[in-house]
Amino acid sequence: MIMPVILWTDALIFLLVAIVTGFALYARGKPHLRAPWHHVMCSRLGSMAVVILCAYIIIGLLDSLHYRPAIENSDASAETHYAVEVLSVLDVLVGPLRTRTEKTYSAPFATQLFSRETVQHPDGSQTRKYPRLEYGGRHLENPAADARADILQRSGIALTQTLAAGLAVLLLITLWQARRRQLAFMASLRDILARRTAVPWLIILITLSVLLLLTFLAINLATAYHVLGTDKVGEDVFYQTLKSIRTGLVIGTLTTLIMLPFAIFMGILAGYARGWIDDLIQYLYTTLNSIPGILLIAAAILMLQVYMANHPDAFETTLERADIRLLFLCIILGITSWTGLCRLLRGESLKLREAEYIQAATAFGVRHSKIISRHILPNVMHIVLITVVLDFSGLVLAEAVLSYVGVGVDPTMNSWGNMINSARLEMAREPVVWWSLLAAFLFMFTLVLAANLFSDAVRDAFDPRLRQR
Amino acid sequence: MFAYIVRRAAYAIPILIGVNLLTFYLFFVVNSPDDMARLHLGVKRVTPEAIEKWKAERGYNKPLLYNEAVSGSERFTKTIFFEKSVKLFAFDFGYSDDGRDISHDIAQRMVPSLAIAIPSLLVGLLINISFAMLLAFFRGTYVDVSGVILCVALMSVSAMFYIIGGQFLLGKLLRLMPISGYDGGVDAIKFLVLPVIIGVVSGIGSSTRLYRSFFLEEAGKDFIRTARAKGLKESRVLFRHLLANAMIPIVTGVVVILPLLFMGSLLLESFFAVPGLGSYTIDAINRQDFAIVRAMVFLGSVLYIIGLILVDVAYTVVDPRVRLS
Amino acid sequence: MKQPLLQLANLSARIGTGPRAIRPVDDVSFTINKGETFALLGESGCGKSMTALSILRLLPQPHGRISGGQVKLEGTDLTALPEVEMRQVRGRRIAMIFQEPMTSLNPVLTVGDQIGEMLQQHLQMKGTAKLNRVLELLDAVGIPDVKRRYTEYPHQLSGGMKQRVMIAIALAGEPDLLIADEPTTALDVTIQAQVLELLQQLQRDTHMAILLITHDLGIVAGMADRVAVMYAGQLVEEASRDCFFTDARHPYSLRLFESLPNVDKRDHALKTIPGFVPVLDRDFSGCRFAERCEQAWDTCRTQAPSWDITTDHHHVRCHLADRNITPPARTARDDTPLAHATPGTGTGASLLEVRDLKVHFPIHKGVFKRVVGQVYAVDGVSLEIPEGHTQALVGESGCGKTTVGKGILQLLRPTAGSVQFDNTELTQLKGERLRRRRTDFQFIFQDPYSSMNPRMRVGDIVEEGMIAQDIGNSSQQRRQRVDELFVQVGLSPENAHRYPHEFSGGQRQRICIARALAVNPRLIICDEPTSALDISVQAQILNLLKQLQNELGLSYLFITHNLSVVSYLADRVAVMYLGRIVEEGPVASVLEEPLHPYTRVLLSAVPQIDQDTRREIIRLEGDMPSPANPPGGCHFHPRCPDAMPGCRERYPGETGTADHRVHCFLHQ
Repeated sequence: MIMPVILWTDALIFLLVAIVTGFALYARGKPHLRAPWHHVMCSRLGSMAVVILCAYIIIGLLDSLHYRPAIENSDASAETHYAVEVLSVLDVLVGPLRTRTEKTYSAPFATQLFSRETVQHPDGSQTRKYPRLEYGGRHLENPAADARADILQRSGIALTQTLAAGLAVLLLITLWQARRRQLAFMASLRDILARRTAVPWLIILITLSVLLLLTFLAINLATAYHVLGTDKVGEDVFYQTLKSIRTGLVIGTLTTLIMLPFAIFMGILAGYARGWIDDLIQYLYTTLNSIPGILLIAAAILMLQVYMANHPDAFETTLERADIRLLFLCIILGITSWTGLCRLLRGESLKLREAEYIQAATAFGVRHSKIISRHILPNVMHIVLITVVLDFSGLVLAEAVLSYVGVGVDPTMNSWGNMINSARLEMAREPVVWWSLLAAFLFMFTLVLAANLFSDAVRDAFDPRLRQR
Repeated sequence: MFAYIVRRAAYAIPILIGVNLLTFYLFFVVNSPDDMARLHLGVKRVTPEAIEKWKAERGYNKPLLYNEAVSGSERFTKTIFFEKSVKLFAFDFGYSDDGRDISHDIAQRMVPSLAIAIPSLLVGLLINISFAMLLAFFRGTYVDVSGVILCVALMSVSAMFYIIGGQFLLGKLLRLMPISGYDGGVDAIKFLVLPVIIGVVSGIGSSTRLYRSFFLEEAGKDFIRTARAKGLKESRVLFRHLLANAMIPIVTGVVVILPLLFMGSLLLESFFAVPGLGSYTIDAINRQDFAIVRAMVFLGSVLYIIGLILVDVAYTVVDPRVRLS
Repeated sequence: MKQPLLQLANLSARIGTGPRAIRPVDDVSFTINKGETFALLGESGCGKSMTALSILRLLPQPHGRISGGQVKLEGTDLTALPEVEMRQVRGRRIAMIFQEPMTSLNPVLTVGDQIGEMLQQHLQMKGTAKLNRVLELLDAVGIPDVKRRYTEYPHQLSGGMKQRVMIAIALAGEPDLLIADEPTTALDVTIQAQVLELLQQLQRDTHMAILLITHDLGIVAGMADRVAVMYAGQLVEEASRDCFFTDARHPYSLRLFESLPNVDKRDHALKTIPGFVPVLDRDFSGCRFAERCEQAWDTCRTQAPSWDITTDHHHVRCHLADRNITPPARTARDDTPLAHATPGTGTGASLLEVRDLKVHFPIHKGVFKRVVGQVYAVDGVSLEIPEGHTQALVGESGCGKTTVGKGILQLLRPTAGSVQFDNTELTQLKGERLRRRRTDFQFIFQDPYSSMNPRMRVGDIVEEGMIAQDIGNSSQQRRQRVDELFVQVGLSPENAHRYPHEFSGGQRQRICIARALAVNPRLIICDEPTSALDISVQAQILNLLKQLQNELGLSYLFITHNLSVVSYLADRVAVMYLGRIVEEGPVASVLEEPLHPYTRVLLSAVPQIDQDTRREIIRLEGDMPSPANPPGGCHFHPRCPDAMPGCRERYPGETGTADHRVHCFLHQ
């Protein structure tokens, strides 16, 4: 028995998923909406970025399906009680990673703790040695000798699995392409391998294979070792970075989603209506913009902290509390970042207002509301989209900085910001504990890089000025 | 032009009032003067009298926005908001909650902030413009493509990694310079080298890419074709015709952030323990010192508005087409 | 035989790579002799500019390149020169001026700098020698007040002045050949006359050759010694000017002549060239013009005609000119009568009456943005359009003619005056009542590219007005009407599902006309509807407008700068100068016996094809003054060749007959 838990951010994420799906279905029949997306997929870096982003999104979505498991109860007739701990589907999938905590630091693939400990022998003597890990490499008889062979063997299995899966994907793509383009199977295969297709399927396949390899490696190795080590309290770092993905994605997407309606409405209104409405909106965003963003965010987060301290009963679980703080962070980040988009939209609406097709619509007596919804809105959407995609990577990076300043996500929440923050001190240790930082760096860098490459491709495809070149 | 600047400066006043109202609201909506007093007095000495005394000393013993006890315009002037705000407009920031003179602190801490910010800006500009011109010169070739990808990769790295990595590599492993700290006078230089290097490196990716797009934008224009049709040397086309035009967005982009350099860099200063305005701000946030936060917000807003005015002025200087009216 | 100055031998250029590369120049050969003017004529997209850029090796980078052939400058092959030596040719031996003087000058360098760097680069001049030479050059291209202009930036100059500066830059290197790529297309007709005269005079003085690229037959007739016609990347005809204008052979050349509107063709439909220039990204098997040629037969589609010499120095790329090929007997299709009923068939009852219309735009200045002046864009215009008639409004850019159109339609609210439409005062209408009334009057814009929302299907675009005006009861009914409209403007109804960018310029303008017709208007204001289109396409649109007027009894206010279009289409014409109408009357009377000096100047400045009817060009000094600060007295007096002392004192009242009004003291 489980009790599904829908956190605020979960709800918004699924709203976002619904919007994106809805748009995709709507755009299917509209070539002018579909064409730029096709263009994105045709660019090599763009398609690569899409595959990587998809992998992140899948992990993020799995981590957004929350529930509370029932507590085992021998008395069947009694009311079911649910655990205080909220789990996600991802937690179930990664299974042991979550629960197998060591005592303290251990290096990646280590079978012993990172620091020496005093061990009391039965004979009363004491020695200082590196104790064996409770879980990492537990299956090995003689870790020092066998670990390397074991790791190689498991990697070999992963490689074989990847090859098999990769071939299967290639087969599927080829069959699908062959059917769509009405080609013979071999002709289709040749086109794909010789990179003669519009969409660079070969690149997509290679990217996918790399991701598959990483997945299989993780499946084979992470069950037996701590592939990225453990942190100070012995938690698996790999698990932490996986959990951090959702935090990063939420900050990157929900922030813009929350501010979007506001920015679009105000921006278009200011540009289209002009006059005192324009003055007012301009005043509003200049004022907000002139406050140093970090101070505004700090003030707002401090305010929230005080509120939470005064109302400890409002939240059932720590996760819910952390979630509210995350949502609030998104909102306040949104408030500080909507001004840029608003100003862009105002400028574009001012220009469009004078466009001949808008004048033509006015000459036909088309109502203002219709002019805005049918003429102005569709013609500024590319700006909105480019901004959203561009902002994403900036927001993911901002999270780290905010967490460092102490006004980021809740300290109990897994996030790259929190990981980096604690890694600062670890770097000062002798010998250096480097794996937390490395893990955060790798996962964050890959996401941000993919997002940046994706936004480049999107801008090339959607910006009418760039398209002419 | 003078009339224009006067008008823009006058426009700043309602903005600053708005800024003050907003910060004021955000702070006091959860943090009443009584709470502040309790926080500062500590647990032991909290008595109603002590709280009143603390409030009276710091001018918090009045209503927030509207005083019903008095009449006429004093209803608005005899309030915490009015009294605390008006002084700000005269750049009198008052005293922090622990009794230090904020204006004095700001003046003192401005120096280290600028000592990091100005060299970072100048060196960064030089490097970024050179790289961008290089990429623009090789546009469409592999040099350009790989350069752009490298830029994107560089800008995908969080500033925190640059700092931690730089401290670790240059400070700890190679022992080229001290990891953090600050000293007055000429000694400061050895402490400043590392933050400046990191400040420059962390900005290379995004700026080079941006400047490259400015160059390419101009490179496609008709007058560049004219310049080539004149038979000019490629170097003259690049430096005289292309650079002169591409500098317009670059210069105005720099001018707008110029005043904000005074605010210092939050991350660099705090990681390197430099006593500048950035670390001042972070400390104030952590100590919940409203007086300092309010002063820094006000200062930031003023500098932002000055930046906006400076940009317009800069346009008239670098672009002969623009006249202010 | 004397060595020619420039010789193109089988020159080809490509843009892009692979099988879909564009081939804008394909096997082009011609020669230019010293001191002569060679005109390259053709519609847009035919590869004229690319030919010019290929000569200088300035094809757009990184995609453009010369793919074959040679360019010989006095025997030296330019295509084989290293880049360093090519720079000695550019500017020094061959100079070039471009179509858009606005964007072709560097905005952040002074005029003096931009001319001076040529002297420094090619003649190693420095210091005072350079300065003096620049001033000399500025003076030579007719720029007044050279000392001041020397330190000015391009944006401080008018369009005509900028083109003069471009010419001065070109002259600075003392080139043997000047390539002028549509040098006057962006300029007004009076300024065009000035610039063309300047070019001719400079050619007389310096004996340089000119390669003149243009689409205007009139300019060719006035300037060229020899003419080559370019179509779809190839030359299709080349001849001396006289031979070309008396004995053009290629069907394309002939069609270009026939599609020009003028007064003699008033009662007929113009001949048009159907279709449009093909995209040059493929191989052609036959004649490239075959799809659009009325006389084409099977051979034309399968066998490419050769570059035959028919007589001395007269090349024609057409099977018809080849004596070895016998064309089939002509079909009757060639003689299809295209006669039309005469225009102006309406009842003659007044539909629109504009009285003393004024549209002023305030100028703000100072700390408090006080109003310190007005731009008198339209300053007292009166017009009357009867039902079913066409009133033309003619003037140069900046005279306020478009503002008149928008003021009448209440797209811009007039400052003063009255606009009576069918006895309703439009300036008093507001909100919903004005919105409802908009069904009666419509606007067609100059640029069909920007007047349609790129994100809507054209069917929806046409339907939009009907929905706004509640025309048609159901969407099915409206759709049916959209289909009818498409047929009416000569497009297939299936096109309704496509997007604007999928159509050519002429087709888009047809859709815009269909859109205007959708709400059943009685008056259509056409704002330069053909000036963005090629000559042959212009003829299609003019025919369509005329035919619709005959069928539906529409009234037109036709805003244009093109007097030949006026003579073909309009019943009456009003000439505007600086916000006011200076002369108004029936087309025949105004164009044949112009009363106002400005009208005479305008008429004389239009390049004429027919040598016999060519008038003496009346020189017009300077540029049009700013409407923010019009000269006192008669607005035209500072530039008027017939100005009298009284003209400075006050604005002349209306005189002339009731049918032909004029504001000029010459006719008081």
